[in-house]
Amino acid sequence: MPSKIRARVFIGLLLALHLPILFAGFIAPYDPTAQNREFPDVPPVRIHFVDHRGVHLRPFVYARIAIADGYQDDYLTPYPIHFFVKGDEHKVFGIFKSGLHLFGVEYPARIFLMGTDSFGRDEFSRLLYGGRISLAAGLLATFIALLVATAIGTVSGYYGKWIDDALTGSAELFLSLPWLYFLLVVRALLPLHVSATTTFMLLIAVIAVIGWARPARLIRGVVLSARTREYVSAARGFGASDFYLLRRHVLPQVMGVLLTQAALLVPQYVAAEATLSFFGLGISEPTPSWGNMLSLLQQYSVLMSYSWLFAPAIALVITSVMYWILADTIRYWIQSP
Amino acid sequence: MKRLARLALIVCLLAANCLAGTPIPQTLGSDEEVDHLDNVSGQYGGRLVIGERAEPKTFNPVTATDAVSRDIAGRINADLIEINRGSQQTEPALAKAYTVSKDGRTFVLHLRKGIRFSDGHPFDADDVLFSFALYLDEAIGSPQRDLLIIDNKPPIITKLDQYTVQFTLPRPYAAGQRLFDGFTILPKHILEKPYREGHFDKSWSLNTPPDQIVGLGPFRVKQYLPGQRLILERNPYYWRVDHANRRLPYLDELAFEFVGAEDSQVMRFEAGETDIISRLSADNYSFLQRDESRLDVQLADLGPSLEYNFLVFNLNDLNGKKLDATARKQTWFGNLKFRQAISAAIDRDSLVRLVYGSRGTALWGNVGPGNRMWVNNAIPHPRRSLDLAHELLRSAGFSWNKSGQLLDSSCSPVEFTIISSSSNAQRMKMATLVQDDLSHLGMSVHVVPLEFRAMLDRVFQSFDYDAAIMGLGGGDADPNPEMNVWLSNGSSHLWHLGENQPATDWEREIDQLMQQQMVTLDYHKRKQLYDRVQQLISENVPFIFLATPDVLVGAKNHVGNFYPALLDPYTLWNADQLYVRGTEKAAIR
Repeated sequence: MPSKIRARVFIGLLLALHLPILFAGFIAPYDPTAQNREFPDVPPVRIHFVDHRGVHLRPFVYARIAIADGYQDDYLTPYPIHFFVKGDEHKVFGIFKSGLHLFGVEYPARIFLMGTDSFGRDEFSRLLYGGRISLAAGLLATFIALLVATAIGTVSGYYGKWIDDALTGSAELFLSLPWLYFLLVVRALLPLHVSATTTFMLLIAVIAVIGWARPARLIRGVVLSARTREYVSAARGFGASDFYLLRRHVLPQVMGVLLTQAALLVPQYVAAEATLSFFGLGISEPTPSWGNMLSLLQQYSVLMSYSWLFAPAIALVITSVMYWILADTIRYWIQSP
Repeated sequence: MKRLARLALIVCLLAANCLAGTPIPQTLGSDEEVDHLDNVSGQYGGRLVIGERAEPKTFNPVTATDAVSRDIAGRINADLIEINRGSQQTEPALAKAYTVSKDGRTFVLHLRKGIRFSDGHPFDADDVLFSFALYLDEAIGSPQRDLLIIDNKPPIITKLDQYTVQFTLPRPYAAGQRLFDGFTILPKHILEKPYREGHFDKSWSLNTPPDQIVGLGPFRVKQYLPGQRLILERNPYYWRVDHANRRLPYLDELAFEFVGAEDSQVMRFEAGETDIISRLSADNYSFLQRDESRLDVQLADLGPSLEYNFLVFNLNDLNGKKLDATARKQTWFGNLKFRQAISAAIDRDSLVRLVYGSRGTALWGNVGPGNRMWVNNAIPHPRRSLDLAHELLRSAGFSWNKSGQLLDSSCSPVEFTIISSSSNAQRMKMATLVQDDLSHLGMSVHVVPLEFRAMLDRVFQSFDYDAAIMGLGGGDADPNPEMNVWLSNGSSHLWHLGENQPATDWEREIDQLMQQQMVTLDYHKRKQLYDRVQQLISENVPFIFLATPDVLVGAKNHVGNFYPALLDPYTLWNADQLYVRGTEKAAIR
C-alpha cells in the first residue's frame, strides 16, 4: 500500500478508536458508576433482528431474568433499540450537561453491550469512560518520561566526561531502586484521600519518575554514536554551535528510537496504572480506568468464568498495535526524503 | 571403575529408599491405655496432599505464631484435652479423664498410661510439667502464654503421681477445660537439654533433622523440602484406635505442598494435584462447583462461619497526633445516631449476594448464626431503610444542601475515607458497595485500598484513618477469646485502642459483663451475661457489622471420613481418621 494511503487509513482507525472515548458520555448508554445490583456478571446482550414474527429493520433485545446459575432471555417481549434517547445525565467535555445518549432500550430491558462486572455496572460504558483516564494517563506519562529521557540522554551522550558519568550513574541508580518500597513510602507520605485530579497527576508523575531511566540510556547510546559521525565532525569544523549540531544532526537520529519507545511505553504505562492501584495510588473506585477494570481479572475464578471482562485488555492490545503502527508510519515519513 | 562405584551407590540409595517405606503401626501393648474411637472405620495406606498458601516458619509449637506452622504442629503434636471441631465440645485426649473442683479452680487430669512419643519413648506427667513450664516461661515468649495468665498469675501445676497432674487456677475460669486445647505436650527427653542450655527458641526449626522432632500427634515429620513440600508420615505409636482396635492414623503420609495464593490452591485442586482444600472464597467455590462431578470432588458449604466483617470508625484518642481532619470528623463518628444511620443505610442483603454469591449471612452483631451456643437471637435484624437513616441524621443535626450533599451542623460536607486491604478482594468489594449505599445519604465516601501491613499500621499504630473494613473471629466459639476485642483495654478494641478506663458507660458495662462471664461456671448464667454484651454492642454500634462468609471446603471423593467443621482447622482436625478409599483393594491386586 502506498505510504500516504496507509497513514491515512491508520489515522482514521486511531480516530475511530479515540472519538468514542472522547465522547464517552454520549455513546455510553449508562452511568459507568451506577450499580445494578440485581444484574451482577451478566454476559453481553444479544442483539436480534429476527424473531417468530419475521425480520425487523430495527434491532431489538430481550430483557434478562436471573435464574439459578446465570441469566436467561425473556423471549416474550422484544425491546427495540432506540437512537438519540434521554438517559443518565453526563457532561460533554466536562462542561455542558446533557442527557442525550446515542442509543438505549426501555426499562426493564438493559443494553449491556459488553455485559456487566460483579457490581452490575455496564462494562461498555466503563470501557469508554475508563479509556479517557487510561489513555490520557498513558500518553501524558509517556510524553513526560520521554521528555526527561531525551534531555538527560542527549546531554549525557553529547557532552560525555563527568556529566555522562553522573547522569548514567543516576539512571542506573533509578533502575536498581526497589520500587515496591518506594511506592509504599509515597503512599504513606500522602494523605489517605487525594482528590481525583491529584491522583491523576500523581499517577503520571510516579510512572514518569520510574520510567525515564531506561529510554534515557538508549537515547544516550544513539547520541553517542551520532556525535562521532564524520558529517557531524565536519559541521563542527565549520564552526557549528552545539545547539545547531544537536538540532540539525543529532536529534533527528534519536527520533526513530523515541517513536518506537513511545509506542512500547504507552500500553506499558496503561497497565502500570493497575499495579499502582494495588498500592492505593491508582484511580480509585468507583471511577473506571482500564487499569482498575483489569484488576478484576486478578481473581482466577473471574478470569476463567467471565470472558467479557477481558474487554479492557482487548482494547489495550488494539490501542498498542495502533500506536505501534502509527510510530512506524511517522518514522517512515521522517526518514523518506 | 569410578562409574561402577557410582552406579552401585545409586542402586544402594534406591534400595534404601524403598526399604525405608512407611512405618508400620506398632502392635498394641497390653498396658497401653489407648483411646477407642468406636464409630471410626477406614482403610490403611495412601497419601493425601494439601495445598498450603504459605510455608511454616517453625516446627516448634511453643513459639509458632503463624497459622500454617500451628496447623502443621497440630498434626504432629497432641493436647491433654481437645475441642472436637465437629461437636464443638471438649473431649479427653492425652488425659483420659479429668475432674473439676466445685469452685471451678482445680482441674485434676488423669493421663493415659503406657502410651509413647513418636520415637517410642514413654509419656508421663513429667512431660506435661515440662511443656507447661515452656509455655509459661516469659523468656521464651510463647504467644499462648497470655491465655494461661489469669489475674496476672499463672496456674499452679503439680504432679500428683506419674500419671496424674493437678492444675490450680488463680480464680474460677468458665469453660476452663477449653483452655487445654492448643497447649500441645512436648517430649522432655528431647527438649530439656536445649532448654537448660538456653537455646530452646532455636530448637525444632525448619533445619532440624526430622528424627529429632518428636510428638504425640498422629503424624511425624518425614521430609521437608524448603519452598516445595513437607511430608509427614504415620506415627506408629499413636494412641488412638478405631472400632476394630487398629491403631490410627490410616494414612501412610500427609503431604503439604506450598503453592502460594488462594487462586493457585484452586488451580492445583482443580488439576487433581491436591486432595483437600479449605478457606475457599464463594467465587472459587461456585467455579469449582460447575465441574464437581467431572473433577470427582465433594464440595461442602458448612454454613455461616464465626468470622465477622465490619466497618469501624476511628474513635481513638488523637491528642498529639496532628490528625486534625480526622479529629474533626470524630464528632460525627462519635455520634450514636450517625453510626445507626450508616447501619440502617447499608444493604446487607446485596452484600451477601454480590460479595459472597449468597454463600454468606448478613450480620447485625458480633455473634453470627453459625455459633449456635452463644448467639443472641433477640438482636433485631432491621431491613435496610434509607428513610430511617435520613430521619436519624436529621435528628442528629445533619442537613442536606440543594445538590443532595449531607452537611453537618457547622455546614461542612460529610466526607470520609474507608480503608481496606487491597489483597482481600471480598472486603474491597464490600467497601465499594458500602460507598454506593452511603452515597444515597449524600455522604461522599472514598475507598482506599492499602497493602495489608500498611493498613494494620494505620489501624493499630498511627491511627491515621477515618474508617476501615476489617474482619475478626473465626477461632473458638466460646466468648473468652473475644475478650481482647470487647474489654476497653483489650488489644483488639479497634475503635478506641488503649483506653485507660472505659470511655463510655456502655463500654464500662461490657467490661463488667465480660469479666463476670469469665468467672461464671454455669452455661445459662454465662449465656445471659453474653447476651447482654451482644445487645449493648448492637445498640451502640461501635462496629457496623456487615456479613459473614460460609465456611467452604472441598475434597476428592476418594477421601474417607471427611467431616469438615466450622472451627479452624476446618478440614484437618480429624487427620488421624482420614483415609484414601480403595487403597487396600489396590494393594491386594
